[in-house]
Amino acid sequence: MPAVSKGDGMRGLAVFISDIRNCKSKEAEIKRINKELANIRSKFKGDKALDGYSKKKYVCKLLFIFLLGHDIDFGHMEAVNLLSSNKYTEKQIGYLFISVLVNSNSELIRLINNAIKNDLSSRNPTFMCLALHCIANVGSREMAEAFAGEIPRILVAGDTMDSVKQSAALCLLRLYKASPDLVLMGEWTSRVVHLLNDQHMGVVTAAISLITCLSSKNPDEFKTCVSLAVSRLSRIVSSASTDLQDYTYYFVPAPWLSCKLLRLLQCYPPPEDGAVKGRLVECLETILNKAQEPPKSKKVQHSNAKNAILFEAISLIIHYDSEPNLLVRACNQLGQFLQHRETNLRYLALESMCTLASSEFSHEAVKTHIETVINALKTERDVSVRQRAADLLYAMCDRSNAKQIVAEMLSYLETADYSIREEMVLKVAILAEKYAVDYSWYVDTILNLIRIAGDYVSEEVWYRVIQIVINRDDVQGYAAKTVFEALQAPACHENMVKVGGYILGEFGNLIAGDPRSSPLVQFNLLHSKFHLCSVPTRALLLSAYIKFINLFPETKATIQEVLRSDSQIRNSDVELQQRAVEYLKLSSIASTDVLATVLEEMPPFPERESSILAKLKKKKGPGAVSVELEDGKERGELNGGGDRGGDAAIAASNASTPSPSADLLGLRSTAPASGATPSAGSLLVDVFSEAGPSATSAGVNDDGFLRFVCKNNGVLFENQLLQIGIKSEYRQNLGRMYLFYGNKTSVQFVSFNTTVSCPGELQSHILQLEPLVEGGAQVQQVINIECLTDFIDAPLLNIKFRYGGALQNISLKLPVTINKFFQPTEMAAADFFQRWKQLSQPQQEAQKIFKASHGMDTEVLKAKLLGLGTALLENVDPNPENYVCAGVIQTKAQQVGCLLRLEPNARLGECVIVCISFVHQNLGIFSHSSLQIFSSA
Amino acid sequence: LVATGVGAKTYRRIRFILIQNRAGKTRLAKWYMQFDDDEKQKLIEEVHAVVTVRDAKHTNFVEFRNFKIIYRRYAGLYFCICVDVTDNNLAYLEGIHNFVEVLNEYFHNVCELDLVFNFYKVYTVVDEMFLAGEIRETSQTKVLKQLLMLQSLE
Repeated sequence: MPAVSKGDGMRGLAVFISDIRNCKSKEAEIKRINKELANIRSKFKGDKALDGYSKKKYVCKLLFIFLLGHDIDFGHMEAVNLLSSNKYTEKQIGYLFISVLVNSNSELIRLINNAIKNDLSSRNPTFMCLALHCIANVGSREMAEAFAGEIPRILVAGDTMDSVKQSAALCLLRLYKASPDLVLMGEWTSRVVHLLNDQHMGVVTAAISLITCLSSKNPDEFKTCVSLAVSRLSRIVSSASTDLQDYTYYFVPAPWLSCKLLRLLQCYPPPEDGAVKGRLVECLETILNKAQEPPKSKKVQHSNAKNAILFEAISLIIHYDSEPNLLVRACNQLGQFLQHRETNLRYLALESMCTLASSEFSHEAVKTHIETVINALKTERDVSVRQRAADLLYAMCDRSNAKQIVAEMLSYLETADYSIREEMVLKVAILAEKYAVDYSWYVDTILNLIRIAGDYVSEEVWYRVIQIVINRDDVQGYAAKTVFEALQAPACHENMVKVGGYILGEFGNLIAGDPRSSPLVQFNLLHSKFHLCSVPTRALLLSAYIKFINLFPETKATIQEVLRSDSQIRNSDVELQQRAVEYLKLSSIASTDVLATVLEEMPPFPERESSILAKLKKKKGPGAVSVELEDGKERGELNGGGDRGGDAAIAASNASTPSPSADLLGLRSTAPASGATPSAGSLLVDVFSEAGPSATSAGVNDDGFLRFVCKNNGVLFENQLLQIGIKSEYRQNLGRMYLFYGNKTSVQFVSFNTTVSCPGELQSHILQLEPLVEGGAQVQQVINIECLTDFIDAPLLNIKFRYGGALQNISLKLPVTINKFFQPTEMAAADFFQRWKQLSQPQQEAQKIFKASHGMDTEVLKAKLLGLGTALLENVDPNPENYVCAGVIQTKAQQVGCLLRLEPNARLGECVIVCISFVHQNLGIFSHSSLQIFSSA
Repeated sequence: LVATGVGAKTYRRIRFILIQNRAGKTRLAKWYMQFDDDEKQKLIEEVHAVVTVRDAKHTNFVEFRNFKIIYRRYAGLYFCICVDVTDNNLAYLEGIHNFVEVLNEYFHNVCELDLVFNFYKVYTVVDEMFLAGEIRETSQTKVLKQLLMLQSLE
């Protein structure tokens, strides 16, 4: 039997290591090391040439010192010298030093590569392996440049030794991983695939890693490997435990190779060839059968090796997701493991079942294990096992078991480890929303979440509950009541206060009839929490208070008193102070009507993918895998369910909607919270706008369109039957439109249907309406618009409905123009003109002269320019008659800065408008279209 | 630590192998990913912290950053392999045992001191069995035969 004694061969090294081990302190160790370093340095510098042995010994000592954690700044050259020794032990130490210590861009690399080159061509398999291992360990680009051509040749050459082939395969893999561009596919690639047939199992074991990597990158080029892998696997699986001799591990034939073969097959879909597929299914069945056989050994190594293959086979079965029989068998097998005495197996079964849960074939089978999994969540000692159980519960959740699973997860949360609480909270929130049949259950669940794990409830979660409550009027009263009750707790979490403040501010009136929750009681309850809260929460509460004044005039005096107190109105926090001052003023000077308008109830939020789900997806770790799969399932579910008005397209098109903070902007902005607050600019334009709505019902209606270039709200269309009002808001490259369809008749419209067709530069999504519009009723529709890049054509809105049997068909241009995506930019005079001059290339500039049909009224012009969305720059142009503006157009693809100058000529009654824009190819089109719009507006 | 590279879904590999004792002294560190020295030190400390608090009732797998550690304790030594989360736990767990059996045979009842005094040979054993983050050879007979042959060379 081979056995090596301590440090044989290098006595000096053994002595040195012993010395170091005997050092009583760090100082002593450093002293000893410094002594040794001095000694080695002097030897290397000495006049006497060192023999190979000494060089090897000193280099090895240096390596040891480095591994202890000390810097080594010499000896590299000696190590490189060792590479050219023809003694194995010297060469080995040289290569080891290089592998551990030499970084890739060392100037020694040329010398090293030279030595490697010599060894590769030495035909000495031991030296070739040393050289290949060095390349595999360092894997630098320089090495790839030098050897990426040579190694494939070594790998497939007929006379290469098996051990060299093994090393060459993995060495090539390393180079391919590090520098794929340098490893050129060629004649060798087809021969590499045939290594799967190699006699030597070690060669197959190494080569298959390379093949798997290459296949995952170029599946078509390597697809012949599938049938080869299946037949190799089949031979292994059907062999007796003694057939493979050296490659049998505790009575299991070639476990690692089997796993690698099964892994390789996961790069491909199920084999198309019936015979190959049949053979593979047979293998998989055999593997499943073997799991049921009595073990050939009691040793854990035996069962581990066997189960390694089993789990990899199950991965492949799940990957195929096409054999219901195998999927169910896999599930049953894992079900047995769920109760196994080995923690490892329970863990792996939970993990693997998680992916099975997302297959339609095995979802039901997985669900039968719910009690076992819940039990695991409660009783497992290892937190990572409990985590897997929680993941699995999440994955197996559907409408039928959601209440049970959510309840179990909530109760687990009370004692859950801190490390997994946040993820658990997200999961509970998602499940509660996804499977909510009655929304009071949803509200209860989220409030429970906040109560149990308030610290872990992220913004996304409490934003979401508010969005949902606002969008569903059937739950608003319940939410107000529940949150009111929750706030009674003496110590309730700040997140509860936030939700409570928001909901009572909106819907407190729904419970105000009960004397136990009268307006003043509600207010006092909220205000009792005020002083314990952070600034953002206080700001939110102040907004709730002003909403209270609107909802309950009887609270006005009390609330004004609070706002007026020094702690509010003189608060050192600017935000709080500003809110207090503004709200106080607003409540004192505004008429009830104005107050009611400004503080009206929040409009519904657009339906969209839950931001919580997005957050969970972002979270890393194994959970993420199941979530991805889960997501696919969810879309199907939504399609079928339909009661939430969502569909797959919405989920898809909404992937890029703004963060939830944009939704609840009202909470943060200093302005009183109200949904569609129009921008100052459009308000001004509104004031100056004239021209009543015109009515046509044939062809595309343009009239309305142009009136909306500089404003966002108004009547878009009107005829004898229908009036369409519009309210829109824009933020960066996103827009949201509220269309109000008013039925002017006393007869209902049926089959009322609207569609939007968008040019490719825009993306829109529209929430479908009920097909009936009652006589005299008004329905609201939300359209979300995203500007991907600059565009000319506006989206078309098509409305179809039947009125007394006659089909009505109306097409309108939706007033979405490029300037809606302007963001004003303030700029000093010097800046403005410097840029103006820089950018005056012909293709960057557009100019238009137009008749000032509305006269030269300064205010009108100003209002229009502001309405355009740019910033009107005062005191910039030397000629006070002129107007200059600056803004940035926000599209998803890019942001385009624009400068604008308007020169009115009172004598001619004309204006010249010049628009220039930064570096942008399509600018001509863009600015021209924008000018067109402006001049005709 | 960020999972990168070709076909991340199916292509997985070992990120590093560590042998540490209970006190946290490293007896072998083999890296299959580029790390700078500080990062290596941090990883070593973190792995030690994660692994040593676990007992026999725990699994041999533990999540670690974006990866997982498959580990097994032999007397006072922890053998740890860091792999991608989707990789085969049991295959690596037995990969460790296979490696330990080879060391045991090669050093004739291996003990911690063998690994200290023969650290440069341990690297050779590792390279025979694991290369470029992949399993290279699994046959104990073949590995030992090769090691014996190398031992005989001067």
